[in-house]
Amino acid sequence: MYSRAIELAVGVFILLGLGALFLLALKVSGLSLESAGQTYRLYGEFSDVGGLRVRGKVSLAGVTIGQVKSISLDPQSLKAKVEMEIRSDVNYLSRDSIAVISTAGLLGEKYVDISVGGDEETLQDGEYFDSTQGALNLEKLISNFATSKL
Amino acid sequence: MMLRSLQSLGRQGIENVATLGRAGIFLAASLFAIPRLAGMPLVIRQLYREGVLSLVIIVVSGLFIGMVLGLQGYTILVDYGSEQAIGQMIALTLVRELGPVVTALLFAGRAGSALTAEIGLMKATEQLSSLEMMGVDPLRRIIAPRLLAGFMALPLLAMIFSVVGVWGGKMVGVDWLGVFEGSFWGNMQASVDFHDDVLNGVIKSVVFGVVCTWIAVFQGFDLVPTSEGISSATTRTVVYSSLAVLGLDFILTAVMFGEL
Repeated sequence: MYSRAIELAVGVFILLGLGALFLLALKVSGLSLESAGQTYRLYGEFSDVGGLRVRGKVSLAGVTIGQVKSISLDPQSLKAKVEMEIRSDVNYLSRDSIAVISTAGLLGEKYVDISVGGDEETLQDGEYFDSTQGALNLEKLISNFATSKL
Repeated sequence: MMLRSLQSLGRQGIENVATLGRAGIFLAASLFAIPRLAGMPLVIRQLYREGVLSLVIIVVSGLFIGMVLGLQGYTILVDYGSEQAIGQMIALTLVRELGPVVTALLFAGRAGSALTAEIGLMKATEQLSSLEMMGVDPLRRIIAPRLLAGFMALPLLAMIFSVVGVWGGKMVGVDWLGVFEGSFWGNMQASVDFHDDVLNGVIKSVVFGVVCTWIAVFQGFDLVPTSEGISSATTRTVVYSSLAVLGLDFILTAVMFGEL
């Protein structure tokens, strides 16, 4: 009534389907097998995060070294508190590093760019960036320019 | 005259609700009759007929839909100088929407209609009642394996559809129109999230699989056992499945991606 060929075809079909899921995971969504488990956290307080999103990337010299974990408002300083997860092999960010929110391309997404300073000491888990620079707000810039004291 | 039309409206309403109730009881009863290990050959046979035999239409349509997405996306995006975003566009469209939805529509037409017609003919030629006479539960022997196979086949087909579609889009975008391959995959991987996009797409296709097979099998089981009844039940299977898939897709999308 039912033969080996059918069983074989079904086996191949199931394998194909699971293989497709595997491909979607690795190739399309870029999930990497060596899990992102090893990270440490750094915080930055920005006056304006602009359009920065959770899961936005954190980069150093254009190389992605982590991602934005959460964005919240700090009730004391009234600034945006950005929590960043940095890969733990990047453990050489000096204490006077600067975190800047910049834009990829002209209309691209916002990301956090880190410029390393010259301090000997490095930032440890849970520490804050001393100096930050918020997103460039084009409207504010123009209105300053229009109303101002140039 | 008024009263009569009101009465027929009422009768229609009661019938519809009763059918819905029967469908629910039918699904519950079949799920309790899901075959154990000994019944696996039956499921495998149905997986072959519903899944493997649908593979060709799924692969071909996936390929062409991906290629069209690549072509259309390129002509629109190139005006803004952002044709590298084509990979992201193709992958998100396929994984979130077109993969599950188009696969479900094709599945309803290809496998669903066949299920309805087959079960309907079994009922019309009284094979189902003779099974019962022999002491074999038709729910366990006929219905449950088909339901189970449908639940499994549709998600697998949807994933194959998405992968083939992405590959087709890459063929047109990268190999033919000359988008840089690195930014094609790079943009895609930066914007597609495994959990939010891929897994939600899989959840969608699981839901569609349950709904489509349920409708198809129930329509076959519940039809009027005449040749006319079989033909109208087959039509109903395709119409109801398509409407249910499209309607549910909106609801699922609103729940999964709605928080703006």
